[in-house]
Formats: sequence, C-alpha cells, structure tokens
Amino acid sequence: MDKSIDDIRAEALESLATITDSETLAEWRGQHLGRRGAVAMLFRNIGSTPAEERAAFGKQVNALRGELDRAFDERAALIERQQLARDLESDEIDITLPAHPNRRGGLHPSTRTHREFQQIWADMGFQVYRSREVEADDFNFTLLNLPPHHPARDMQDTFYTSDPRVLLRTHTSPGQIRAMRELGDNGSKPIRVILPGMCYRQEQVTARSEIQFTQVEGLAIGRNIRMSDLKGTIAEFAKRMYQPDARVRFRASYFPFTEPSMEVDVECFLCGGKGCRVCKYSGWLEIAGSGMVHPDVLRNGGYDPTKWSGFAFGMGPERITMLKHGIQDIRYFWGNDLRFLRQF
Amino acid sequence: MLVPISWLRDFVDIDIPVELLAERLTLAGLEVAQLRYIGVPQQHPPGLRQPTSNHLVWERDKLLLGRICEVRAHPNADRLVLAMVDYGADELEQCVTGAPNLFPYKDQGVINPPIWSAFAREGATVWDGHSEKPRKMTLKGRELRGIYNKSMVCSEKELGISDEHEGVIILEHDKHYAAGMPFADVLGDVVLDIEFTPNLARCFSMIGVAREVAALLDKPLRYPSCNFLAEGAPISEQVAVDIREPELNPRFTLTLLRDCQVRQSPFWLQHRLKLIGQRPRNNIVDITNYITFELGQPLHAFDYDELRNRAGGTPTIITRLPQPGEKLETLDAVVRELNDDTILVADTAGALALGGVMGGGETEISDRTHNVLLEAAAWNNISIRKTIREQRIHTEASTRFSRGVHPSQAILGGARGIELMRQLGGGTVAQGVLDAYPKPPPTVTVALPIARVTKLLGMEVSLDLAADVLRRLEFAVRIDGDIIHATAPDHRLDISADPAVGQADLLEEIARIVGYDRIPETIMADEMPPQRENAPLLIEERIRDNLVGQGLYEVINYRFTSAQTEARLLPDNAVSSLPDADYVTIANPASSERDVLRHTLLGNMLENAVNNARYNKAQQVFELGNVYLKKDDLLPEEPLQLGILLMGARHADWWGRGESPDMDFYDLKGVLESLLHALHISEFAFQRGTHSSLHPGRSADLLIAGERAGSFGELHPQVAQRVKLTAAKVIIGEFAVAPMIEHARRLHDIAPLPTQPAVLEDIALVVRADLPASEVEAVIRQAGGRLLKDVALFDIYTGDPVPPGKKSLAYALTYQDETRTLTDKNAARIRKKIIGAARHRLNAELRA
Repeated sequence: MDKSIDDIRAEALESLATITDSETLAEWRGQHLGRRGAVAMLFRNIGSTPAEERAAFGKQVNALRGELDRAFDERAALIERQQLARDLESDEIDITLPAHPNRRGGLHPSTRTHREFQQIWADMGFQVYRSREVEADDFNFTLLNLPPHHPARDMQDTFYTSDPRVLLRTHTSPGQIRAMRELGDNGSKPIRVILPGMCYRQEQVTARSEIQFTQVEGLAIGRNIRMSDLKGTIAEFAKRMYQPDARVRFRASYFPFTEPSMEVDVECFLCGGKGCRVCKYSGWLEIAGSGMVHPDVLRNGGYDPTKWSGFAFGMGPERITMLKHGIQDIRYFWGNDLRFLRQF
Repeated sequence: MLVPISWLRDFVDIDIPVELLAERLTLAGLEVAQLRYIGVPQQHPPGLRQPTSNHLVWERDKLLLGRICEVRAHPNADRLVLAMVDYGADELEQCVTGAPNLFPYKDQGVINPPIWSAFAREGATVWDGHSEKPRKMTLKGRELRGIYNKSMVCSEKELGISDEHEGVIILEHDKHYAAGMPFADVLGDVVLDIEFTPNLARCFSMIGVAREVAALLDKPLRYPSCNFLAEGAPISEQVAVDIREPELNPRFTLTLLRDCQVRQSPFWLQHRLKLIGQRPRNNIVDITNYITFELGQPLHAFDYDELRNRAGGTPTIITRLPQPGEKLETLDAVVRELNDDTILVADTAGALALGGVMGGGETEISDRTHNVLLEAAAWNNISIRKTIREQRIHTEASTRFSRGVHPSQAILGGARGIELMRQLGGGTVAQGVLDAYPKPPPTVTVALPIARVTKLLGMEVSLDLAADVLRRLEFAVRIDGDIIHATAPDHRLDISADPAVGQADLLEEIARIVGYDRIPETIMADEMPPQRENAPLLIEERIRDNLVGQGLYEVINYRFTSAQTEARLLPDNAVSSLPDADYVTIANPASSERDVLRHTLLGNMLENAVNNARYNKAQQVFELGNVYLKKDDLLPEEPLQLGILLMGARHADWWGRGESPDMDFYDLKGVLESLLHALHISEFAFQRGTHSSLHPGRSADLLIAGERAGSFGELHPQVAQRVKLTAAKVIIGEFAVAPMIEHARRLHDIAPLPTQPAVLEDIALVVRADLPASEVEAVIRQAGGRLLKDVALFDIYTGDPVPPGKKSLAYALTYQDETRTLTDKNAARIRKKIIGAARHRLNAELRA
C-alpha cells in the first residue's frame, strides 16, 4: 500500500477543484477513474489484501469510485456551464446594426379601402357586382332619371367619347340598372349588391379633385325595403368603418335617381365631433349620398314601383382613405410614387 | 344664394336662434354653407357645433343710431366738417368727420327730413377704416385740427357691413327710428349662404326660403302685397303681345309705368341688394333685381319710348324664334349669333332680348327713361338651358328660368315690381296687366294612401301629421278615408303627375319636414337575396395577395393616355403586338396627353418607372386594371390585364452583403411561376417572346392551356431609350387575367407526405450551347419516370474543359418511391436510363 484511500481521495478532490477546462478534466478522469487510474490500481490491490480485510477494502474502494464519479460529473457540469457562459459572451453581436431589408410589397391604398368596404358589406349580405366603365349615355343618365338637358346633368362634368352616345361613367350608378336587369329576373327577385369601381369626371385636377376616382355604390331592392332600413344599414356600416359608437346623421338632399334623397354625415372621427379644421368645425363629415330608389329607376330596372322598393347609396373610398390617413393631396392616389405606396 | 335673416323676417316670424335655423334648413335639404354676421353676436345653442366667427359685434351701449341734425363747417379745416349728432343724450355730440357725403349738408341749417347714421361713442370698438388689413380699434378722444373729438359717425367699412369707406352711412328717415337706439337693432343682421340642389328651384328666392322656414317652424307665411295703384290709361291700348311659341314661352305679362324718374335707389333697397352681393344701379333696374331675389320671378324693364320709336306707334311685343342669320346685341355689348331654337323677345322692328336670359342694349333703361314697360314672363326651362349653354351666359334670370319658374309667379312679380317702381320713381301706372297665357301648366293632384307613407318610411306617420305638413308647404289637401289627395301649389313644377313618382315626391316632403332624424334605424326585414360566389373577384384578389407577398407594390394608373404615348412602345419597323382595336377617344379630354383610353398597361407603368427611378434603386410593382378595346359594338371591350414591372437592384443594400445584382428576366419569370403555382394553374408554358415592345432574345410568351396569355421580358432597348429608362434594365410584362381566372383551380389534391427516404444524386450533362434547358429537363424527367421526384438545375458551366460550343448543365436529382426504400441498385438503374436518354436524344455527354 503506497497511499491510503483517504490520501487518494484528498489528492484527487483537491486536484479536481482546480480544473477549469474540459481537456484537463478528461486527463484527470484518466488518472483517477481510467483503466490505469488510481482507483483501478486500488482494485488491482484487492488480491494482495488480507482475506479478512478484503471485503471492507473492496467496499471502501467502491465508495471512493462512486464519490469521485459524482465529483467528476459535478465538475464537468460546472465547467460546461462556465464554458457556455463564456461562449455566449463571446458570441455577442451588435443588435443595433440595421436589419436585413426584406422585400415587403403592398396593396394600393384604394384597394385596401375597397376590401374593407367589401368585407363590411358582405357581412350584411351585399355582394359585389361589377359593371362596365365606358357606358352608354342612356345607362349613365337617362335610365337614372336624368334625361337630356336635365338640370342635374350640370352637377357632373362628363367625359364624352367621340361617339356622343358613349361616355365614361360619371358614377357607378349605371350599374344599378345593369344589376337590376341581370339579377332581378324581370323584377321578380330581391337584390343586395355593392357596385365598386372607377368613375370619371371632367374636372381640373387639383389637390382636392381628380378626373378619375373610385366609388362604391350599394343597392337593395325588395318588397319591403324602407327608408328606416337605409338609415339602419348605413349606421351599421359607419360603426364598423369608423368606430363602434360612431354617430351618423341624415340630411335631406337631391339625387335624380333617388327620392327621398339624403346625405349621410358621420361624426368627425378626427376630433370626436368637437369640431376641427377637417370637419370645418361642424363636427360632421359627409360620407355618403343615399336615398330610396326613384320609381322611374325601379321601372327602368324592370320592377313595378308600386310593389317593390329599394334604397341606394354611394361612397367615395379615396375621400375616406384621405381622412383616415391625413392625406392632403388626392393626386397621390394615381401618382404611384413608391414613397407614398410604401407607407401603407 | 345669400339670404339676410332681416329679409326673411318680412315674411315669417323666426323665434329660434339663427344658428339653429341654419341647422334645421341644412337638415331639410337647404344646405347653409356659411353664416355671415353683421353687428350681432354669434349664439351658441347647446349641442350645435360651428366655426367661431370673429366679426365685429356692435356694442349695444356704444354703437347707437344717431340723428345728424346739422353739419357745420370746421373752423380750421376745409376738408373736415362737424356733424351735430343727437344720440338720445341731453346735448348734441359734435363729431369731426371728413365724410364727403356730409358736405352737401354743410351750413344748411337743421336737416329736414332728418337723416340718420351709426354713431360710435368713446370706447366703442370698430374696424379701422384706414387699414388695408382688417384691424379692430377702440375710439379714444383726441383733438382734430384744434377741435376735441371723442366719438364718430361710421362708414360701412368701420362697422363691417361692406368695404365702403367713401362716406358715412346715411339712412333715410323711418318712423321706427329713435335717437340712441342700439344700432344692432337697425342694421344688425345675419346673412345665410344657402346652396340649392337642382330640385329646389322653388326656393331660389326670399319667399321660397321663407316658405320652407314657415313649414319647418310651423309658422304662418306672410306674402308681400301684390296690389298696385293704377290710375293711368289702360295698358291694353298702349302695347300688344304676340306669343308665337307657347311651348317655349307659356306666359308673357306686361305692366306700364309712365312719367317716373330714374334715380338712385333709397338706402334700404341698395343695402339689401348689397347684402346679397348685387350692385345697385338705379331704382328701376334695382327693383327688377329685387323682385327676382324676393319672389324668384325675374323681371325685365324696357324703355317704353324706345319701343314706340322702333314701332313708329303702339308697339307689339312678339316672342318668337330667330330668323335665319338673325343677331342680337345684348346688354353686355356682345353681338350674339342666334341658334334657331333660341327664344327671343322682339318687336316688329327686330329682336329685343334673349327671352329669360338677357336684355338687348337698345331698349334698356337709361337716365333719360321716363316710361317703363315691365315684362314678367315664363319660359321653358330646357330651352333656357340650351341658350345658356350655347351663348355661355349666366344671369340671375337665366339661373332661375333654367331650373323652372312656375308661370303663375309672373303676375305676382309684375304687379309687385310695378308698384315698387311707382313708389320709388313716381309716375302713374297704366290700368290692368297685359297677360298672354296660352299654356298654363296642368294642375297636379297626387293620391297618397297613408299606409304607403308608413310602409316606405318605416315609421308610423298619422294622417293628420302628413296632411298638416303638406298644408304648411301650401298643398291643397283633401282627405278621403285613408288617402290624402294633395294638389301641388302654384309655385311648384316638381310634383309629378305619375302616381308612383308623385307619391315619392310627397313622401320626400313629409320626411323632410317631419325630420329625417325622426325616422328610426332598422335592420332589413326583407327576404335575403340568393348569395352568389364571385369567382373572378376571388381570383383577382388572390393575384393581388400573391404578388404583394412576393414583395411587389400595387399601382393604379390613369386609364387615360394618348395614341402617341402608346406608339412610343413600338420599336422602329416593328409589327405592333398591341391590341388590334380602335381607341376609345375622349371628345373633351382633360389634356392632349390623356385623350384616349389605354390599350395596354405598359405605357403608364413605364411612366411610373421614370418617376420612381429618381428616388428608388429598385422597383417591383404590378397593376391590375382594364384596357379598353373599341371594336364593332357601341361599347368597347374592357378586358382586365395584369402588368408587372421590375427594375434595379434585386436586393436592397445591406451591410452584411455585397452590392446586389440588378433584376433580370429570370426574376420576373420567378414571380410569374410563383403566382401561377399559387393559383394552381398547372397547364402553363413559356416560349420565345413575340411582343414587339420587348427584347426579342430576352423575352418570353406565357402560354396558359396552350393559348398565349401574355408576354414578359426585358424592355426593348430602343423603347427604353425613348422613355429614358436606361439606368437599369426594365423587366416588364403584361398578361390577360381572364385565362388565369378560367384555369385557376379552386380545388386541388395534395400528395401524401413520403414515408420512404429519398435518394439524392447530381449529374452534369454536356450539351450544345444553344440547346434550351427546358428540353434537357424534359428528357431527364421522361427518362426518370415515376421515381424521379425532382430535377433542379444548380449550375451552368462553359469553358475549359467543356469544349467550345458546348455547355455543362448540372442537375440535382431526387429519386423516391412511395412504397419502398430505394436501394443504390435501383438508383443506378434510373441514372443509367437518364444518361442513356440524354445521350441518345440530346447528344449529351456525361461530364466527369
């Protein structure tokens, strides 16, 4: 016996405590727990131990091996933790460096607003009906109760084509006639549609007016459609489009294709109705023109106005988009400047 | 139209604040755009929001009605006088003033009949009359050329009535006036600026607005007197009327005033005209304007003696169409060529006036006029509209006649006009009215069952309430059971005789006056129409979402362009690939660059690219929009097209990477393939491009189900030069959307996930340099058969050791069997087949 078990233990644990890297640790393990290590040597000595001590000796060596194994595992775990901590520290990057600029892409703001409209109206059973942009004078005017020389034709500056019977639609309303004729089945079926699309007016292009703009028109025809339904339906729309407690008001107005006609104002969502520059201190923003479908228009769509009634409304998505995003210049919409488009 | 509240009060009592009245009018369809305050304070009724006015409020204790008793000379200054003002105090106040309109009274002793003015006491706030910009000032006592002065008589500018600062306000005597009464009670006013929709022709006057006010407030309406004192010889002996076109001129009335004086109108008349933006001229012309605004009946005054001269005796007024080539010089000194459907007022000597629009110069009222022949007529509104348009002439008369003035109003306007002329100009009115009325409009009575009102409004309206509202609007109402029979009053032309339309007309009146706010908000109880799927719209939206997901921005362009702009897309000597159709040509274009509707999206997209290139290193955009192809039908085809444009750096600059290469053909091909895959269109292919605007060697046509569905590639270098887009290559394409909609699969099966491992292998084939890669891949796929799951080209190499005229294509191949694990032997067999087929069919060598 060169060294006592206690000496070996003390020496082994002492040297283990100084180890800080995994290579030295592996070396230590070889020296103490390896096949030619100190513990293995002790086992080898069992044979030369007197028989009566042999059992006790064996037990002691086993205990030593167990103890050193545990100490090794603990040390190994500690070193691994320390190593990880060092690695994490040295792996540090500058998180303030600019991110990788992924390509983003985006819908045109007008499309975004149209989708919002379509979603809300779809939830109320209004489906999209699309109609042509280059229209016959008849559909754009005469069938909508705007015969030639009607004073209300002055309200709309029309782009005519080289064929005087053909024009660029000044509103989406001609689609009303087409929808009634196509979906109404000779005035026998109810209808609920919205008619989105591009319209055209011969105007000076300025920050506030454009020669082309989109509209969304709505049309409901049924046997029992009431003016109160028009109010309720638009109020519902406003709550979804603007804010859950949006107040609306209805003003008498005039459109040749509806009677009674009304303008719809929503409480200014920019100032909460307190009055600001945008709402001209009235607390209200005009959002729609609307009314009960004129009997002549019902007739032109194939319906008997004594049995059927309906309402219609029209809104301007660009205007709403401008209000919502504080856009000062309507020319941004078709200017397609990427610096504008990227902001949506 | 400007409507002073003071004028409205002539006809109706108003017992609510003006601000509330404006709100009520606006809600009832007479939109009050603005209120202009004159001297009186703005009120703030609860719940009403309005812009704050910063006008001058006339202090009731400091701005008073003062009687100017005497005007004395200033002892030290020729250009100043001393106005001795009674403002209700014990002593007269002496005001130093330079007002030129007081000089005629200087040293004339006590002025009688009295004249009145606005008297401002010390401490009063007024506008600075000498300041260019609006500036308020407070009166302080000071010496003016040796005379202490602490108050003043005011000009209109100083009170904020108008810009007039030439003299002080001089009011003629009125029996209600008392020295010292607050001036706000004299001229204080609020002017409503009302915008009328075209259906409100009947409201285009003070009485018309007053009628609405009366109905809204449920007050009686007071009509002005339309009696006149007539003591002269009967008019029928002095003039005759001959209407030749009763459709265009349904009524023509004349009255005659002899021996009157044409002179300046009194203050009250001038003041009212100025409040509504009219310039006073002389009493006769002013009265024609006044009646136009008061009653809505335009009048026209002729110099009767001129007519006599022209006729050489008793004149006959003829309304007729022009003779061929006939011309007329109107009051504005323009000689007008007349269309053959323009209705004229003429006499036996020739044309006198454009009927209902504007008078002629020769017979107009002048200072020398003594005898006035007054026309009050009715005209067909469409005829007037044509004249306005043809002659480009807008007058207060034509504005009203073009919207429709009921012929019954002529007799009222004429009578009130001639009486006012007599009162303000003196003279004698001829007895009677010469009234030619060949074409009275039909009386319209509408039957309205009360149940219909309730049904269409969605609100219970009692028979009594509905009848009452209509009566307030001066309908004659008869109730028969549950039906209201309402006869339209004689100032309205807008009530239809068609039963259904007439009912809608009445319904609107009832709803408007009862108040739209009283109608409840309900949810539609009506049957829900059949719901339909809108497949084209769904696919379109999927196209948009996919392209946005690929990092593209959506643009929306003008549909307008010019033929020249699109012609620039065509290289020299090329056969155009643009649609073979005529343009939809705009007859009245906004500009010559926008005079047709586009045939292609490319033109405007390239214009966008030019603009955006200034600020962007890269552009990736798309547009979904119509083009317009005029063919044989009246209306053009409007097919939906998809345009895509890529230009500039593929990647944005980033510190972690070197400079990005520019995008090229393959980027757009990739965008397109991703899109087509997302739409689950399997039947597509590419072939060499044929579009004239694209580089012939660097473009492709897209085929969907074997049909050409568009082209894409590098913009033709000559076109790029022309549009000045040469900084980077422009990769652009245009596609028809209809085939995508048609072939997009809404339902598709998915493959089960493989359970067996795949074998991966690379091969490199050396082939002819000009052999299309698609052919090589096709051969590989065919030879590989069912077990070859994927073929990916990962390298193209030319140069040593690949022989000249050859290229090496390296493919990563994936073999897999769904049912078993492939062995190396299996893989080797497939490989051998592929190499064999390539060698045999493509003359390809395996690269070592």
